[in-house]
Amino acid sequence: MKFSVQGISKSFNFREVLKDISFSVPAGKSLALTGHNGSGKTTLLRILCNLLRADAGKMVFEKHGNEIKPVHFKNHFSLVGPYLQLYDELTAFENLEFLARLKNIEDTDNKIYEIINMTGLKGRAHDFVKTYSSGMKQRLKYAFALLSEPDILFLDEPTSNLDKQGIEVVYNIMEEQKAKKILIFATNDESDLKFADGIISVNA
Amino acid sequence: MHNSFTIFLKDIRQELRSKAALNSILLFAIVTLTAISFSIGSFALNTDILAAMLWIIILFSALSGFSHVFLKEEESRTADTLKLIASPNDIFWGKLLFNLVLLLLVLFIIVPLFIAVFNFDVKNPGMFIITIALGAIGLSAGGTIVAAIIAKASSRGALFSVLAFPILLPVIILGITITRIAFKKTEIVLFIPEIQALAAYCVIVVTAAALLFEYIWND
Repeated sequence: MKFSVQGISKSFNFREVLKDISFSVPAGKSLALTGHNGSGKTTLLRILCNLLRADAGKMVFEKHGNEIKPVHFKNHFSLVGPYLQLYDELTAFENLEFLARLKNIEDTDNKIYEIINMTGLKGRAHDFVKTYSSGMKQRLKYAFALLSEPDILFLDEPTSNLDKQGIEVVYNIMEEQKAKKILIFATNDESDLKFADGIISVNA
Repeated sequence: MHNSFTIFLKDIRQELRSKAALNSILLFAIVTLTAISFSIGSFALNTDILAAMLWIIILFSALSGFSHVFLKEEESRTADTLKLIASPNDIFWGKLLFNLVLLLLVLFIIVPLFIAVFNFDVKNPGMFIITIALGAIGLSAGGTIVAAIIAKASSRGALFSVLAFPILLPVIILGITITRIAFKKTEIVLFIPEIQALAAYCVIVVTAAALLFEYIWND
């Protein structure tokens, strides 16, 4: 399994934000994207997740020797970022159940409870998301991202809004993901960098 | 279709809890109906005018509620989440089904109320029901695609009505024509050309909307 990016560039209103970004991350490795605020880390992550179109460049994801087409990327990755929200009018369980149905995940109930317990939300599964604190919502986003067991986990500011316990949960998730699969995260927090096998400095 | 239905059920569940779109459409329809009945007072209106009034109420009620379907995703910042987990095709059909069910529910309440308030007979109820159903499909398809177009714009409310009006105008014109006939005549042969035109409009708008949605949604 390998995720490669070649020559990604992006401009907004003639201002070049990303210029010729290339890297390759094999399974069992992780990559950190660093850079000052506004440097283009989030833009790059959004491009990698197909939420934004790059002006140039291409992405290739290979699994078991087969190249996965970009249109099918979304079946292989998850993203956690401050700009992605879950449905406030639904409970945590219902949010995860919605994802499980869309992704055809089997044994839904058990997996949902397991992942809710893992992210430290035990006992709050049937509470509406609108009653959650920002830290709890962040934990739920991790549960949402991990439920589909992604090959690539993209994280934008992985530990923002989290207390000490929450940060520990996220570090365990990062450790586990990079041991088996691919982890790519954008951060300004130096303590997150201990999980990075490689670092790319994104500077607009 | 399984995923479209999952998205539809999610929207229904959210709507049952927030009632944002349902309240908007239903209250608009009831207030307009009440305002018309008070302003007319004891005057007897002919059925041609009543047919036009009914479709104007339907059009503006639909316009007041359809935009919610994508606005809510944008405003609560769940649009990107949805983009990451579902295909544009599934999202379009799920949202279209939601708007259609919502409108049919409102019509189920408003149309009998309209007939009761203005106290008239529908001579051909079968054709009238078919017209209302086809009209609802046309309005929902046109309304859903316009809602997707304006979801990211800044002055969404005004834009939705302005953009939707020319797209939905054929439904209103054909709806009024067929309803006028249904209020007065029973012979089915009189309905066929307009019913065919309305059905053709529905097929064209639903197909065009389904084909265009991916480009609008991903842009």
